[in-house]
Amino acid sequence: MSTAAIELKGISKAFGPVQANKDIAIKVMPGTIHGIIGENGAGKSTLMSILYGFYQADSGEIWIDGKLTTIREPLQAIGAGIGMVFQHFKLVQNFTVLENIILGAEDGALLRPSLAKARGELKRLAEEYELNVDPDALIEEIGVGMQQRVEILKALYRQADILILDEPTGVLTPPEADHLFRILEGLKAQGKTIILITHKLREIMEVTDEVSVMRRGEMVATVNTADTSPEELAELMVGRKVLLRVDKKPAAPSRTVLKVENLKVRDEDGVERLRGISLHVRAGEILGIAGVSGNGQSELLEVLGGISPATGIIRVNGTDIDLTGRESDGQSRRKRGIAHVPEDRHHLGLILEFSAWENIMFGYHHDADYQKNRLIMDNRSAQEIAAGKMERFDVRPPNPMLSAKNFSGGNQQKIVLAREIERNPELLVVGQPTRGVDIGAIEFIHQQIIALRDKGCAVLLVSVELDEILSLSDRIAVMFDGQIMGERMPDQTDERELGLLMAGVSNGEAA
Amino acid sequence: MDKMPRWVDIALIPFINLILALIVSGLVVLYIGENPLEAMAIMVNGAVGSAYGWGYTLYYATNFIFTGLAVSVAFQARLFNIGGEGQAMVGGLGVALVCLLIPFPHWSMALVAAMIGGALFGAAWAAIPAYLQAKRGSHIVITTIMFNYIAASLLVYLTANTLRTSRGMSNESDRFADTTFLPSAYEMFSGLGIPFSRSAPMNVTFLIAILCCVLVYLLIWRTRLGYEIRSFGQSESAAVYAGIKPVRITMIVMLISGGLAGLMGINAVMGEAERLVADPVQQAGFVGIAVALMGRSHPIGVFVAALLFGMLVQGGGELEFEMPEVSKELVLVIQALVIMFTGALDNMIRTPVARAFAKFSRGDA
Repeated sequence: MSTAAIELKGISKAFGPVQANKDIAIKVMPGTIHGIIGENGAGKSTLMSILYGFYQADSGEIWIDGKLTTIREPLQAIGAGIGMVFQHFKLVQNFTVLENIILGAEDGALLRPSLAKARGELKRLAEEYELNVDPDALIEEIGVGMQQRVEILKALYRQADILILDEPTGVLTPPEADHLFRILEGLKAQGKTIILITHKLREIMEVTDEVSVMRRGEMVATVNTADTSPEELAELMVGRKVLLRVDKKPAAPSRTVLKVENLKVRDEDGVERLRGISLHVRAGEILGIAGVSGNGQSELLEVLGGISPATGIIRVNGTDIDLTGRESDGQSRRKRGIAHVPEDRHHLGLILEFSAWENIMFGYHHDADYQKNRLIMDNRSAQEIAAGKMERFDVRPPNPMLSAKNFSGGNQQKIVLAREIERNPELLVVGQPTRGVDIGAIEFIHQQIIALRDKGCAVLLVSVELDEILSLSDRIAVMFDGQIMGERMPDQTDERELGLLMAGVSNGEAA
Repeated sequence: MDKMPRWVDIALIPFINLILALIVSGLVVLYIGENPLEAMAIMVNGAVGSAYGWGYTLYYATNFIFTGLAVSVAFQARLFNIGGEGQAMVGGLGVALVCLLIPFPHWSMALVAAMIGGALFGAAWAAIPAYLQAKRGSHIVITTIMFNYIAASLLVYLTANTLRTSRGMSNESDRFADTTFLPSAYEMFSGLGIPFSRSAPMNVTFLIAILCCVLVYLLIWRTRLGYEIRSFGQSESAAVYAGIKPVRITMIVMLISGGLAGLMGINAVMGEAERLVADPVQQAGFVGIAVALMGRSHPIGVFVAALLFGMLVQGGGELEFEMPEVSKELVLVIQALVIMFTGALDNMIRTPVARAFAKFSRGDA
């Protein structure tokens, strides 16, 4: 047996009382793709940050190619042949591809020789690994799939033999993800070692050779991918059996609650982000909006939630709602029975510094329940209401006095859902309900959304996770470039067809 | 990261900062050849060693409570109101106009009218930068600083021209009528057996300042408006999601902030000078920024910090008088060191203290 490309021995790291990594051991052989999966907060990112030099382990050893290595900062990691592709790209938007690639790896004070060298190197890499990018394109003008390739090229240009990818497919369409996996296969064939961090079991099964599962800071198992199944991996991650499929009765839609006609939104630069959207949602059904992020879904959510203005018509229960004037704010929307679970709970849905009870009245703080008299708010009542909601929504720990920032992603999301769902809204608008949420909580959140539908609420669900769209929706609309590309019934379509629609290929072309 | 106990955050860290400031100040005093301990004793004694000293210390503290609260309220909405100085000046103008133009039969009526006048003028002076911030996105730090200069020039102009007294050569208004004179601490407290000095300027406004601390506390932590202000301050995007209107909050907060600064005019113009002078505020608006920083934008913290700065100003004055080597500028240096350590260098102390506590509590476990 040859020496491992990376071997970690007994890595431990604590943040205060929280043991983020506990005695982790992992061995990755050269020329393989190694998956690391685990719920949020399981310690995957901490482990990779230690490997890349962002953190120092409290104890443990890092062996690279059979040599004991100390990595105190990312430069040393790069020196040891480690490259990292982050979930959020670290690229300068108004630089060209070439400029981004040499940034921080210039050979001298003058740029021209470095650029020329990089251009040649880039050409070689492009041919070798199917990594085609235009070296002179500006980053802001190329798509996310391309940007990711630039990140990979950056690592390869720095002679990385070991490539770490953190949730690389979150922003990609299915065809783009397939292309990425082909690239990874190519890299592997050239002897590169790849560590793939993801929470998508399907990807693990598709491309990895071995997979390590982390749970609560510990490495619970490392198995050959060929010998395992998604069900087994899910169970290892959560520590108990999980239902990967959502149980639901057929929908019984009745009257139309939401009707949207020719909705248009321009952003600050005057670019049209929604280009004439029309759709409707009936009581007792879930309309799923599929699409790669950045194709207008966020804008649609924000218009419905009263955050940004628009032109066109939105009708709720037969009456038009104000899209630009005094009544176009979030308070007016709530009065019309629209509840909004935003995509980004950290920036919109919650105030992280506030305690849970303050967050649970957030947006509904005009309600009579929360007032003691005309001037003073009833904080005690708010705390009691919050405690009840947290109990019913299984928020852990169920302590309303704790700051929102101290809850895990899944529990934060449950706080938002408890606030919005228990109002029994006419229409629930929900964006990425399970983003950054662990598998155990996903199950619960899905059940709550379906229960609300069964009570007769109209639900508009936006998600970039196709699995989620397929399992929850009663109808699916696909958005691309600010438009609805088409509508499908979940039992009459598949990921391939939806993937093409998400990539902007309409019916005729697809056939 | 571990959370530190609350008392560390609001008491221990400011205290360590203060001690450091005093140590550095001591080194400066040592350098010019005076005994730092003696200087310290003179300062403390001058500030709180006599009824006279207390009368001045609390007078200054009253000013700083108003300006400190003004900065704190704005800061709850993450608006950095640097314009307390100008708003207090214009507030003083409002107070002076009320006192000069209306013949009051009794001081209590004059006080109520002056509160309205001071608050309205201060609020109006804050309203313009607030509007520019809310509607036009002009940064409030820049505009409020500029408005300080405009206010200073306006008062110089008015006291030299329009409102200038016919008696005497100085740039100031006529003395107010006797019926507007506020009861001094001497008159208020001697009945209770607390002997305040007759000549110290502390007056009934001190009680209004304490009342304002209570009202600000209630506003920020007990009312719906306060909840909206804090939400907006923590996250503007989340506030918009909740249907809180940024323009409305920015305007309201700045009006309250300017109004609080304007109330300082009662203490300085009506309580002390009893006329409008060209600079009634004497930098108290800027000290208010340090007071708010040190007091963590909490009314109780503001009260304590205002008291400390009141002591510094009064004790510093005594020091300058008692020690010939210590100049006015050196007293300013000492005050500046305290502001620097408690305000600007706060994080220098915070990080090591937090780390020490993390280590300490882990050792415990």
